[in-house]
Amino acid sequence: MSRFIQKSWCKEISEEEKYSLLTDIIEEYENNESNLIQVLHMAQAIFGFLPYKVQSFIAEKMDLPISKVSGVVTFYSFFSTKPKGEYTISVCLGTACYVRGGKKIIERLKELLRIDVGETTKDLKFSLQVKRCIGACGLAPAMSINDKVYKRVNPNKIQQILKEYE
Amino acid sequence: MNKDADSKIYSINDLNLVKQRYYEEMKKFNHSIYICSGAGCISSNCGTVRDVLMEELETADLLSTVKINLTGCIGMCNVGPAMIVEPEGVFYCNLKPENMKKIVKKHLLENQIAEEFCYTNIDTGKKVPYIKDIEFFKGQKKVILRNCGQIDYRSMDEYISKEGYFALAKVLQEFTPEQVIEEIEKSGLRGRGGGGFPTGLKWKLTAKAKGNQKYVICNADEGDPGAFMDRSLLEGDPHNIIEGMSIAGYAIGANKGYVYVRAEYPLAIERLDSAINQARERNILGKNILGTDFNFDIEIRIGAGAFVCGEETALICSVEGKRGEPRQKPPYPSDKGLFGKPTIINNAETFGNISVIFLKSSKWYADIGTEKSKGTKVFALAGDVNNTGIIEVPMGITLGEIIFNIGGGIPKGKNLKLHRLEDLLGDA
Repeated sequence: MSRFIQKSWCKEISEEEKYSLLTDIIEEYENNESNLIQVLHMAQAIFGFLPYKVQSFIAEKMDLPISKVSGVVTFYSFFSTKPKGEYTISVCLGTACYVRGGKKIIERLKELLRIDVGETTKDLKFSLQVKRCIGACGLAPAMSINDKVYKRVNPNKIQQILKEYE
Repeated sequence: MNKDADSKIYSINDLNLVKQRYYEEMKKFNHSIYICSGAGCISSNCGTVRDVLMEELETADLLSTVKINLTGCIGMCNVGPAMIVEPEGVFYCNLKPENMKKIVKKHLLENQIAEEFCYTNIDTGKKVPYIKDIEFFKGQKKVILRNCGQIDYRSMDEYISKEGYFALAKVLQEFTPEQVIEEIEKSGLRGRGGGGFPTGLKWKLTAKAKGNQKYVICNADEGDPGAFMDRSLLEGDPHNIIEGMSIAGYAIGANKGYVYVRAEYPLAIERLDSAINQARERNILGKNILGTDFNFDIEIRIGAGAFVCGEETALICSVEGKRGEPRQKPPYPSDKGLFGKPTIINNAETFGNISVIFLKSSKWYADIGTEKSKGTKVFALAGDVNNTGIIEVPMGITLGEIIFNIGGGIPKGKNLKLHRLEDLLGDA
């Protein structure tokens, strides 16, 4: 299960190996349509994102129309059809974080990374996204980089935080 | 950590054995330290504090007499990282790795309280070393969160030592499914997801619905901004949810449960998953549970970032692997729910209430709260209030008590101008 959460665990393997891994996972889930979302979580962990090619592969293996797979992928904000950076910076804009200055964090990040929300830096290092409430409201404003949560983020200290990832 | 993890549990006697063995084991420790490892304290760097503490304990040669527990949210997120040292019940907070040496020396070696690292009362400026004297904790009544911050979330034995799974054992031995539902009805428990629907009635309707296959779903898609009650419960006491769902399964005749957790809560998913695996290994989940013919298993379904999936019919679609689109009711899930089968879907916090109703009694439970709303409610306190975090209070408490007694009032002595009730989207 922790495989769901660790993002870059198969960064080093070839495209072929990725597809073979995905095939194993689909078999593990017994081709059952009700497991589609779980399979997509795994696929996104393997490939980093869910391009058309991966979607149609899953559709074929699970014997589902591609429209169905694509419909699910585009419905949920967790799934991305565009490549993502090695590190995803998610700024919480749940209400508690919003009123405590979450927007200022976004402005500062946009400035530093020179990308907009939803985009990825050219070197594929960072992606910037807005996240739904992560439940760290007592420590607002919060942001996370991959799975690490930063509390009470001060926009002036973001540069320092980013340095940890360089 | 759990050396008895492989011992199977087939009866209430086995549960008693685990409990006895646990207390026997505990006798060799002079102190127990409970380090808050909720998501809040983790972001406050409790991991490093714990590592340094371990090193200091090793240096002081105390590893065999001091027990370290990683717990779920103790509640006071604003003073994290925090820890409780038992048996004295001293609360240390705002901890930094460099403080640990002093605390180990003073408290554990010299048996004195290291007051400088204790909680400071904002009004009086005085140190309050004992957790029982801190206003924030005094005004609370912990029923659902009784184990959060009190046990190591990783240890099933510790859950059992606090009467865990004894409610399930009692139910399977002494109650018919109808009697279980009757007890829940008598307790007056209402759904904690927001609608306040009587839980007993929901179960009764599902139990009566025709069909051999039925399901139990736990809604932990806690999407409302500002709310982190379910998260704290899942992170701090996952076995309590498993026990509550199993009792529900027995009551309605279901052999399968799903917990729908949002993907934004990776820690909750990890801890619940590990608890489910422990329960399976020891036959608390699976076939012929506790020597009866009751079978029940639980699977986790991870959401994928859609707020609407907190709505029950949308959530059911999502568990089925589809787009989470709500549909018209009726038919209600109690008639046609997951895969078209009768299903009960309750909030995680609701399931958190179930075991205690059978451990104590429905009457004990119904004595807490108001005439129409029984029991306690967990709240997340956030915003411009001195103490932020997770609290549990009896139904019927006033907002003033929550904000000014437990919450410690508004920072810098300012006046209260506005507060929001329930979730911030205004749909309560």
